[in-house]
Amino acid sequence: MTTPVLDVRGLAFAYPDGHQALFGVDLHVHQGERVALLGPNGAGKTTLVLHLNGILSATTGQGAGSVAVSGLPVEKKNLLEIRRRVGIVFQDPDDQLFMGSVRADVAFGPANLGLRGAALEQRVMGALEQVGMADFADRPPHHLSFGQRRRVAVATVLAMEPEILVLDEPSSNLDPASRRELADILRSLDVTVLMVTHDLPYALELCPRSVVLSEGRVVADDRTIDVLTDEALMRAHRLELPWGFNPATVDSLPE
Amino acid sequence: MGAGHGHRLHYHGHSVVHRAPAHLKILALLGFVLTVVATPREWYPAFGGFLLVLLLVIGLSRVPLRYLLPRMLIEVPFLVFAALMPFVAEGPRVAVPLAGGLELSLSESGLLAAWGLAVKGSLGVLASLTLAATTEPNDVLRGLQRLRLPELLVQIMAFMIRYLDVVTADLGRMTTAMRSRGVDPRSPRHWPALARTLGALFVRSYERGERVHLAMLSRGYDGRLPDLERPTP
Repeated sequence: MTTPVLDVRGLAFAYPDGHQALFGVDLHVHQGERVALLGPNGAGKTTLVLHLNGILSATTGQGAGSVAVSGLPVEKKNLLEIRRRVGIVFQDPDDQLFMGSVRADVAFGPANLGLRGAALEQRVMGALEQVGMADFADRPPHHLSFGQRRRVAVATVLAMEPEILVLDEPSSNLDPASRRELADILRSLDVTVLMVTHDLPYALELCPRSVVLSEGRVVADDRTIDVLTDEALMRAHRLELPWGFNPATVDSLPE
Repeated sequence: MGAGHGHRLHYHGHSVVHRAPAHLKILALLGFVLTVVATPREWYPAFGGFLLVLLLVIGLSRVPLRYLLPRMLIEVPFLVFAALMPFVAEGPRVAVPLAGGLELSLSESGLLAAWGLAVKGSLGVLASLTLAATTEPNDVLRGLQRLRLPELLVQIMAFMIRYLDVVTADLGRMTTAMRSRGVDPRSPRHWPALARTLGALFVRSYERGERVHLAMLSRGYDGRLPDLERPTP
């Protein structure tokens, strides 16, 4: 077995105010997989995601367990490399895009990694082309539509050439066309993806495998179609399919 | 959704003033304002000269005065304060006859102070507006960076420019939500509600600041922004 891209073992965490969010989470994601992380509000999904690149760790609260990315443990001395390997796309693009132009914003990450000049420019334009936003490089981010900003937010992370792309609610607030365009983009990328979402049809469409987190524990880790059709499991963990959507009758998934 | 598209202050153009390097324009503005402030207020003709210089620059920049003058409204609070001076200041008084046989007693030193405040303030505001109209916000930042302004201050200003629209849109949505529930933000009866909205806006913006910081750390931020200089395309 190869080293998993993401190797989370026995991760437990309580915030400094005493609220315990994670109770021993185990999660492995292998090279090239696209995995959906499902769970009701307050299940600890965001807390888990913030552990993946060391924003939260045992030192910021009370914690136990370990996280490793391609064999490299998430520790203070490795943080810069960990943050290159794990690219997190946050839910609100306005939180992620803070520079004066799209180009400067996408360049922010690679420039922090020490890239300069032509190499930096190449990396930036490459990432923007992957999300189809190369024509907007010189626009200020706040002049773009919400869907375009979400795509630029993905590009800011792709520019760091991460080993795993972590998306927090990628389809939220998108109109159906932008939602579909983003799915096309995600499918076209040759990168491991962990996607936190409440959008179950989106998870089914994009991720062959799903992990369900509930009250700080992993309660299911299976093929997405099997998770979504397990009615007892779904009901027990406040997961609901949109009205009229039946995963069993979705016969052809785009690949 | 989506934030506004307009630039509030910048007036698109290609004049000499638009093309001049930003750091020179900032230095010129600073020099001009310092000179105006340092000139004794009794030197009346000097202020005419300052205005002439300023109008010349505005003429060169081809920014219409009609564009600049409405934006000078920002100094109204200062002018109100200046207008109060003749009434509240001490010292010898002059009587100004009013219609209907009334007489207004004004303080001489107050009048002089009001004149000084009004003319210096107006010249400074007009000069700053000219800089803002002819220089893109990002160029102002680059200019300040070139003038060796501490990196931290430049960063704070960059974030202010970036998030001004976002925070204004937040406030807009909150007031719309308040109006929908029958609150008139202008009526004093609803000022407590307005104050709470502002408090909530502060908390929201503060939390956004924390999220932005997290997003920056996630991309390897180490306390310095990479060069704001645009790489040549």
